[in-house]
This record gives sequence, C-alpha cells and structure tokens, in this order.
Amino acid sequence: MNIIVCVKQVIDPEAPPSSFHIDAAANKAEMRGASLVIDPYGEYAVEAALKLKDAGGGKITVLSLGDNLQREVVKKPLAMGADELVLLEDEAYRDGDAYATASALAAAIRKIGEYDLVLCGREASDSNAGQTGAGIAELLGLPCTTLARQIEANGNTVKVSRVTATGYEVVELPLPAVVTVSNEIGEPRYPTIKGIMAAKKITPLVWKPADIGLEAAAVGAAGRRAELCRLYQPVYEGKCDFAAGETPEEAAAALADKLRQAKVL
Amino acid sequence: MADHQGVAVYGEVKDNALAPITAEGLGIGRKLADALKQELACVLAVGAGGDALAKEAIAAGADKVYLVEDPALADYRADAAVAVMEKVAGQVKPAIIILGQDDIGRDLAPRLAFRLGTAATLDGTELEIDAASKRLLATKPVYGGNALAVYTSPSDPQIVTIRTKAFTPLAPDASRQGEVIKIAAELDEAAVRTRVVDRVTEEVAGVKIEDAAVVVAGGRGMGSADGFTQLEELAKLFKGAVGASRPPCDNGWMPDTAQVGLTGKIIAPELYIAVAISGSSQHMSGCSGAKTIVGINKDAEANIFRHARFGVVGDWKKVLPAFTAKVKELLAK
Repeated sequence: MNIIVCVKQVIDPEAPPSSFHIDAAANKAEMRGASLVIDPYGEYAVEAALKLKDAGGGKITVLSLGDNLQREVVKKPLAMGADELVLLEDEAYRDGDAYATASALAAAIRKIGEYDLVLCGREASDSNAGQTGAGIAELLGLPCTTLARQIEANGNTVKVSRVTATGYEVVELPLPAVVTVSNEIGEPRYPTIKGIMAAKKITPLVWKPADIGLEAAAVGAAGRRAELCRLYQPVYEGKCDFAAGETPEEAAAALADKLRQAKVL
Repeated sequence: MADHQGVAVYGEVKDNALAPITAEGLGIGRKLADALKQELACVLAVGAGGDALAKEAIAAGADKVYLVEDPALADYRADAAVAVMEKVAGQVKPAIIILGQDDIGRDLAPRLAFRLGTAATLDGTELEIDAASKRLLATKPVYGGNALAVYTSPSDPQIVTIRTKAFTPLAPDASRQGEVIKIAAELDEAAVRTRVVDRVTEEVAGVKIEDAAVVVAGGRGMGSADGFTQLEELAKLFKGAVGASRPPCDNGWMPDTAQVGLTGKIIAPELYIAVAISGSSQHMSGCSGAKTIVGINKDAEANIFRHARFGVVGDWKKVLPAFTAKVKELLAK
C-alpha cells in the first residue's frame, strides 16, 4: 500500500506555557527557547502509516508544507521508518489557512500520483484548525473519515475505527481515501539508530508552488479564505488559595476544611 | 453578500431528542440572528421523528425548521450529511451555519466548508457579530489553548462549530411559534462511499464524566493505573466521575473515554479536583469551564495553580488519602 502522510513543523507544544508569547503587531505566536518539532498529531499519523506498513508492506511518503523547514525535524518520520520525503517549501507558503494549506497539499498529492491512502493528524497543535485532512478529501474528491483510533487495510478498502463521544464506530472506505488520525492510535515509536542513519541519506524533494501547478497567489497568506483578526493570550487570575500544614496530611485536611467553608463541599 | 441571510444550526439527535449541543447552538444562534435582525433556523436531517424534533427546535429558539426526513439519514454518514447540507445551504442560503464541535461537527464542518468553497472556524468559544461589518467574529483557542484567535470569513456561508458547554441554551418555551419547511433528501446512495460497519458504545460504570457534578482527575504524576483506584474512592464520595489528562490514557492507565482536554471531553462540573496534573493548556481547555478547580501537585509552579481556586502543594500519595478521609468525615456531618 502506498501511503502519503502529511505532517507539520510546529513550535513544541510541550514547552511550558510560560515560554509562550505573542507578537501582537504581527499577530504571531512564539515560544521563547522552545524547539521546533513535528506536530504530535502528525506523528500519530506517521505511526498509523507505519503500523499499516508493518502489517502489509508498502511505501510511506511524508509530505510537509512550510517555510524554513528544519531538515532534522522534518526527517524524523523517515527515522521512524517512512521511505520518502516531499517538502513544499517556499516563502509563498507562509501564513496560509486551512484552505490555502489543503489546496497546496492536494496539488502535491496529485503530483505524487500513486497513492492508496492519505493520512493527516486530526488537527495541528498550533492552529488547532482540524480541517486539513477533510479539505484535502474534498479537493481531491476522495472519501474521508476522521479521528481514527485504528486502521485496518483489506485489499481495496480500509476499515477505520473512529473515536465518538460515547465509544467508537467502524467505517469502511474504498481506496484511495483520506483518514485523519487521533492520539488513540497509540504512542508513536521512537526513531531507531538504523532509521536515523537511513534518514540522513534521503534527500527530500522540494517543490515550489509552480512545481505543483499553483500560482503563488493561491498559496500561503494570499490563498486564505479566513482572516485572522486578532491573536491574544487569555489572562488567568491566578489567585490560588493554598492550604498549608506541618505535614502533607495536615495540608490535605486543611484543604477539605477550606472547601467546606467555601460551601464547595 | 446580501443574498445570504440568517443563521442556521445543524441539528443533532441524541436519545431521540434534540442533542444538548444543538440547544446550545440555537441559544447562541438566537443572539446572532437578533443582532443581525434576521431569522434563526434549525436544519434537521434525520431518519425519523422529525415533527417532535422540530417542535423541540422551535421551543429552543428556532424561527424556522428545515426538516429533511429520510430513513437513509438515521445514522450519521459523512457523505450523506455533506450532500444534504450542501443542498439545504444552496436552497436556504444562510449567512451563518453553526455545528457542534463533536465527532459529527469535526467531521462535517470542514467537509461542508470546502464543498461550498468557504471557510470554517472550528471550536468556537465566543461568537459575535461585528457591529460595523455585520460579519461573524469567531473566537477559538489555538496553540493548545495557550492563545485565543478571532477569525472572520469574507465569504458566505460562514461556518463555525461551537465547543460543548461554551454557550447557554434558552429555556425551552413550548409556546414559541415557528414554521416547519420540509425538504426532500434526494440522496444518491452511490455518492455515499463510506459504510458504517459497527457502532460501539463503551459502557461506563457509574456517572458519565460529561454529566458528573464532581470530577476527580489524575495526570502523568499518578505513575500507574493503581493510583486511579484511589481517585475512584474520592470520586465515589461525591457520586462523581474519574477523569484523566492525556498521558494516563496514552499509557493505558485509563480508558480513552476518560480523557479531559482539547481533544478529549470538554466538561463543566461544579468541582474539578486535579491530582498530579501539571495543567497544560491542552488539558485546561477541557476543564476550565468547571466552577471550582482544586489542584494537588508537588510542584508549586505547576500551571494548574494558575487556574485553581484552591490547592495543596505536596505529593499526592500523602495528600490524597488524608484529603479523602477528611472529605468523608465532612460529608458525613
């Protein structure tokens, strides 16, 4: 099975919230001192692809879009076991919304041509937009399901167990199809030494907008359909009333007393 | 775009009644429609029971109900739902479409937006009409809840999903009048490419986390599944439920259905007791609607204490048994 996995380079969402800052003038966020990583949901999508490859073989092509993509970051899926890397890398791709991003990814997927399954994370940890996978499916006219917790390939179809509020449902899709992956798929594997060595030898393909048949005006900020009016940090009062005591046990009892006084208990 | 008018809420059905998220959608939809001086509609694409559901929707604030009743719509199927909503949107031309940020809305809203060539904003926590432009301003958490972003879309329909429990439904008023307009589904089954093979409800013992007045939740610091047995004990005293942040679910200490957070359950209990939870923005997105948050964490600098009203700095292994004992004593009084 030929699988294309879309991943995004983001600022590390695990960095402490205190390192998070907003450049109000530019409506942009930054994490001071935080590193760049592959978006965790994208990593779950890579893991889902690797599970399918483990079970039935095939080729995994990783596709990423951005500007200034750090090679050691975007090569991580290769080190985990993916086979090829295609980068949509150009200044023109910068600051796109879901529409601009999905349009470019769909055009690149069309150019890659041979694929059975396209996997994306359920949403990216920075924009939390949750639209890219569904958007790609619509643009390519492919069947789609979202929030996968398990994927099973079966000839010309895949059976996808998707997370619902009360449990899960199993959806069968004809291939080619688009599936977005949730964290319930299981922890992504660590890169192996062998994988890291192999990844070093792989030279990514780099495609500019013209290479995928798109005008610069159709991608990135110029291709947006939604406008970002304002980006800001919510303010928390931070007025925690700490219960104290000589011992942790005393503090615990004091906490219960405080809750009773506040009529919470 | 003057040819698009009014607000439409996509109706969801739960246990043969209008789902709470739809009543919440109609609640905020009413405000937006009033601000625009336009109509509020509810689109019911259902398998059966449309008339009763339509009455509920009108009582919950809708001026009009567009009822698409067809046995083929009994269960949610993405391709069918997108096709029906594409048809209804083409006929009704609403300026705004509201869906729920749940397993249906997350699936349907972006599909519909791309199908209609417009933009969607998912997980809206505040919605308002810009006084000057009359466009929808949708606020949503980004960067895992570290920041909020306000989006607007220049093209209609403006599609948005709303976070569960972020908006208040109107008190149902059975005397409200509304019009029911039937629309034929005319589904092309060949265009429904996916097949739902199975639907499984994972039974939870006791109170559901979404419905519980008190939730006791544990985080990575619990260290193992065993620790959650102790949380269970405390939760039982309150007839509450046990939740978890993402790491305990990823590690298999707790079922995935217990996960509280941006991509898990969004809850708003009276009391939320967070034990050994650092309080990442991702997690806080799921519980910040709680009336009172209590934090127990050994790190005084933990983010949870920025949100907690009450707290104890200490090792949960020592704090929790003593806290549980004292709560038991106080509740017995």
